[in-house]
Amino acid sequence: MLKQYETVFIATPVLSEAQMKEAVEKYTRLIVDNGGEVVYQEDWGLRQLAYPIEHKTTGFYYLIEFKATPEFVSTLETQYHRDERIIRFLTVALDKDAVAYAEKRRAGKAAKAAAPVVEAPAAEEAPAAEEEEIESNE
Amino acid sequence: MAQENSEIRYLNPPAVELRKKKYCRFKKAGIKYVDYKDAEFLKKFLNEQGKILPRRLTGTSLKFQRKVAQAVKRARSLALLPYVTDLLK
Repeated sequence: MLKQYETVFIATPVLSEAQMKEAVEKYTRLIVDNGGEVVYQEDWGLRQLAYPIEHKTTGFYYLIEFKATPEFVSTLETQYHRDERIIRFLTVALDKDAVAYAEKRRAGKAAKAAAPVVEAPAAEEAPAAEEEEIESNE
Repeated sequence: MAQENSEIRYLNPPAVELRKKKYCRFKKAGIKYVDYKDAEFLKKFLNEQGKILPRRLTGTSLKFQRKVAQAVKRARSLALLPYVTDLLK
């Protein structure tokens, strides 16, 4: 019986793009190899951390939603612990409300990606009603 | 005497503060899941030092206060929110 999970990890900012890709590849493969399935993944890119972790102030965030057996989670977390590139991670089981929320969030993201931000009609410049006050100097 | 008391007339209606009834925003909006990834939203439940506000101030129901607290703690561990700070927001 597969359960749905969601994991976010923070990788060190010193990684190159290729290295980051490789790290992501490693974990997605780990999920698939253990009889799981990747539902969704999202790259949050380089973000500022709210507080320094291991003397680093930024990190690459990456989100993976997956289905796997409950036993797999500890395997995944052991891998995170052993990986020096990962400075922080969080794995959360999704209940039915969370799954619904995740789907909605995904749909929202997809819609946003499909229709690139419709440029808001340039705010019309407030008609400069220049009422020049004619001062009668008297 | 009692009657006399009730006879008191005020020139101006006494100023009684009508406080707005607090409500749980999750119940009202039909939100069922509090997302730890949405740090901006969670900030509504924090004070300026990044502490979680009590229910008596936010009006959140107990059920969702627990979920908010859980989400805030998750967000903190992912460095989306600070544990301690000054002048959050």
